[in-house]
Amino acid sequence: MSLQRRHPGLNLGAAHQEADDASEVLVFGFWVFMMSDLIVFGLLFATYATMLGATAGGPGPRDLFDLRSAFVETMLLLASSFTFGMASLALKYRRDRGRLLFWLGLTLALGAGFLGFEVHDFLAMIAKGGAPSRSGYLSAFFALVPLHGLHVTAASLWLVVLTVQSLVFGLDTRVKTGLLRLGILWHFLDLIWIGIFSFVYLAGLA
Amino acid sequence: MSGGRQELTPEAARERVQELRACVWGLGLALLLTLVPFALVALGGLPRQPTLWTIGLLALVQIVVHFRFFLHIDLSRQKREDLQLILFSLLILLIMVGGTLWIIFDLYVRMMPAMLP
Repeated sequence: MSLQRRHPGLNLGAAHQEADDASEVLVFGFWVFMMSDLIVFGLLFATYATMLGATAGGPGPRDLFDLRSAFVETMLLLASSFTFGMASLALKYRRDRGRLLFWLGLTLALGAGFLGFEVHDFLAMIAKGGAPSRSGYLSAFFALVPLHGLHVTAASLWLVVLTVQSLVFGLDTRVKTGLLRLGILWHFLDLIWIGIFSFVYLAGLA
Repeated sequence: MSGGRQELTPEAARERVQELRACVWGLGLALLLTLVPFALVALGGLPRQPTLWTIGLLALVQIVVHFRFFLHIDLSRQKREDLQLILFSLLILLIMVGGTLWIIFDLYVRMMPAMLP
């Protein structure tokens, strides 16, 4: 029995022979793409840091950020990372579509909750005079944080598409490798959020 | 293939429990590493500089925790390629981000002290 993992990281295991073979290259390729995304986010973090002093007399972090809201967003995204982990396990070991769809649905709901809070935050910031055009600092903020939100939106859409595909086609190889890649994206976005809540929100309010 | 649960072999069942445990550990550790910095900022017990250092350090630890428990990247041989890819990307990132911050903040100190945060 070949229970050993042949390809790196998240994987489907020996019980999914065909999909496991197919995912070997796909998953590594997706990691390469993810790392290019990491560079984008990293440089936007650097831009944000250089723009910290460029408030041009406008509102700064202390006037604009809401610690409670950032905390709720952090918890929602962390919980969604956990539920996606549970969905991966349901796919890998149970091959039980009902259970898989339950966890995916929960993940989607948590992601949507996160986005709701985030949009509410941005609108509140703009209402307090923190529009992206107000200062270099705010431009850098709105380049970094909403880009992450945009990624979460795209990942949520992908999740919906994969759910529909799994209902129409069953859990075939393409759906399974898709879920594997979406898992990497989803956990990666939670990773970027660690940087955002630590270096943007917490450091801004400390 | 689609519906219906199948019987797991004993090894697979054991592996499933291991992965489940990793997932729960990841959640627990991530919660701890999130709650501590939020509490520090919310309660405001420490002076600013140590608070910032603690936030940065805990963020780094949490990133490692997420890689290990959620993305299943560890030091085992099968995951070497992924780990090398990630470490090389981080090296590139470190050079670019470090270089940016160094040059720009050096310019601020020399020419535009008003831009320092």
